[in-house]
Amino acid sequence: MIESILLWILVILVSPFYAAVIGKVKAFFGGKKGPPLFIHYYTLIKLFQKGSVYSVSTTFVFRMGPMVSLSAILTALLFMPIAGRMPVLSFNGDVIFILYLLGLGRFFTIAAAMDTASPFEGMGAAREAFFPIFCEAAMFMILLLFVQLTGELRLAAYLTDSQPAGLWYAAGAPMLFAVVSLFIILLAENSRVPVDDPATHLELTMIHEVMVLDHSGPDLGLIELGAFIKLFFFSAFAARLICPVDTGNLLLNIGLFALALLGVYGTTGIVESIMARYRMDFVPRFLLVSFSLAFFAFVITLELAK
Amino acid sequence: MNGSFAEVSNGMAYRRSRLPLLPFDVFRREALAIVKAGGKVVQFFAYAEDGVDRIMAVLRTDKLLTAGCMAPAAYPSFTLECEQFHLFEREIAEQSGIRPEGHPWLKMVRYHPNYRGKPDVFGNDYQKDIPGNYPYYSVEGEEIHEVAVGPVHAGVIEPGHFRFNCIGERVLHLEIQLGYQHRGIEVLMTQADVKRLPIIVEGIAGDTTVGHGVSMAQAVEALTSIRPDQGAKIIRTIALELERLANHIGDLGALSGDVAFLPPANYFGRIRGDFLNLTLLICGNRFGKGLVRPGGVRFAIDGELSWKLMGRIKELEPQVRHVLDLMLQSPGVLGRFEGCGVVGTDDAEKLGLVGPAGRASGLPYDARRCFPKEYYTHIDLPENRKSTGDVYARAKIRAEEVMQSIKIVKSLLGRMLETKCVDFGNFNLAPSSFVVTVNEAWRGELSHCVLTDAAGGILRYKIKDPSFHNWMGLSMALRDAEISDFPLSNKSFNLSYCGVDL
Repeated sequence: MIESILLWILVILVSPFYAAVIGKVKAFFGGKKGPPLFIHYYTLIKLFQKGSVYSVSTTFVFRMGPMVSLSAILTALLFMPIAGRMPVLSFNGDVIFILYLLGLGRFFTIAAAMDTASPFEGMGAAREAFFPIFCEAAMFMILLLFVQLTGELRLAAYLTDSQPAGLWYAAGAPMLFAVVSLFIILLAENSRVPVDDPATHLELTMIHEVMVLDHSGPDLGLIELGAFIKLFFFSAFAARLICPVDTGNLLLNIGLFALALLGVYGTTGIVESIMARYRMDFVPRFLLVSFSLAFFAFVITLELAK
Repeated sequence: MNGSFAEVSNGMAYRRSRLPLLPFDVFRREALAIVKAGGKVVQFFAYAEDGVDRIMAVLRTDKLLTAGCMAPAAYPSFTLECEQFHLFEREIAEQSGIRPEGHPWLKMVRYHPNYRGKPDVFGNDYQKDIPGNYPYYSVEGEEIHEVAVGPVHAGVIEPGHFRFNCIGERVLHLEIQLGYQHRGIEVLMTQADVKRLPIIVEGIAGDTTVGHGVSMAQAVEALTSIRPDQGAKIIRTIALELERLANHIGDLGALSGDVAFLPPANYFGRIRGDFLNLTLLICGNRFGKGLVRPGGVRFAIDGELSWKLMGRIKELEPQVRHVLDLMLQSPGVLGRFEGCGVVGTDDAEKLGLVGPAGRASGLPYDARRCFPKEYYTHIDLPENRKSTGDVYARAKIRAEEVMQSIKIVKSLLGRMLETKCVDFGNFNLAPSSFVVTVNEAWRGELSHCVLTDAAGGILRYKIKDPSFHNWMGLSMALRDAEISDFPLSNKSFNLSYCGVDL
């Protein structure tokens, strides 16, 4: 238990570092040096030292938004097995709880954005509310596949110890689909290229960024931290699936897990470097690819189970 | 009947008494007939002489045509019959208080009281600020929402207000309101000391420094006996092409950045700087300020510099080609560019789009080819046009012009570049004269028109930036488009705010 909590804290601490890896990879492809790997720590420290500015037209909903979203993702992280160790919390059916925790966080981000009454933020909120519908469907399809393979409805049952390896043994090819599908969800949920562009300054094209335009100082810091942790959450999921090895040695496991994470973040960076962003109306189709992959993976395992 | 508009040459001075001064009715009929037969408006402005308002038009077919008339206090709007006059008439109404009756879109352009002290056509009180005091077009309905962007923008760009009427993500109408940088340059040009003129025009639009400088220098040269030598003409041509190169390359990089395709954005960002630095080598300023002066140029290109410039360009050329390929052959980029922000040939024709935006929509006009000045008379430019009118066409046109310009600069650097450097001077302008200059700046047709009074002072200095024609094109490109595609369309035009605001 203590170990799980320590890992949980460790993960919160390293998530900004990993996010900076993406920046480095993108800089490499662009022929630049790029910002330092600790850039996000500097940013967070800077933001937390600032004061907040609140528009007079906003209410408590606006101030609550960042708090609730961060708490939601922190709670969700409690259920995520780190490096194959048991998570802090786990119960049967927790995957559904986690998905709706993420939904709760999103709801409050959207509510805070709507609270500003800014047309930009309203537009961003509409997009943020629309696209995750497809992600959610795909996510449930992946979970159905896992339930089919393990018979359990707990995140810990899929990702601890040698469980991921078990998944691969049970259904190797469908698992490939599931990993790709999960990666697409990761890109969409964390507003990465080709769905969203985290680097743009153009309000009219943003999805996630535009919703937080009015937040400042510590509030913005909380939002940023929440975004790093959310990205880590999905990356940890993917990393365990692509590196299902269990060596039996805790430190070695953590080392391998850290490397697998680098792989996931690095791939995200490469995707961002070599792909242009999709047109907004193309995004649902892209997300439906994720759903279809997961769906087919599920159907194939049904066939295998017979 | 076409004889009533007189043919004039680009950059030639004429006695104003020799130019036709028509009765208004004939003027209107003739002007509309020429434009309806495919002519385009180059200049259309009002000026006052001896306390009487006059209107002057410079139109182009395959030649430049001009005529003037006495302006009535109000007249039936030209725009009702020819859309091209739309913004010109608004400008006349604002500057001279002459009302175009029945104008379908009579709104202020730059928000200032008219020059003539007449009652304001728009009924404005100029003590109040603009934003709440502009009659924006609005659409009503349950699901309609308005998005207001600017005048302060997130990027480091110029101020302008954009009002979108949307249904969901779809734009029904975009209205662009400018004027935030109105400095009164046209009035300043008539009052300032002649010595200051080159410096003032270089500040009209920083990215078109050389374009404006050359247009103004040609006008002054026509009105005086000073003539630039061949070397100076070549150096000006090189400077114009370098300006085109730097801007096109910068915009292509920004286009790539707007679709989140970073490598070309980064490389072009750097290469744009490299081209600006070539201008720096020539005259000590990256934007070419202080290079062009009436009578020639202030800096020569000697053999050593020529050699150095050639070396750098030869080094840059394969890099540019490589990055262009990387960008315009990437399926993701093509998917975003193609079919985005379309302006059809019909619309482009009606609006009179110029420059790369016009060529992308099927109008081949290029002032360098049609009305060549400087050294362009010796350069054989191929006709370049696309028919799709989308962001891809505009990017492709610019990409092709980049390669063309590199070729032109390379060939010119091989010529004799000896010139006698000129510096500030006082000029006595020919009295009672008229001159119009037309040049292809990087955004398109740039025109300066100068009228002098009987004492040789400047009576009217009219500046028309290509953006004056093209802003409406951007509005049209957004019709029925996705609002999220606006930044991309906008960047593909990349119009000048300060060039229009003057």
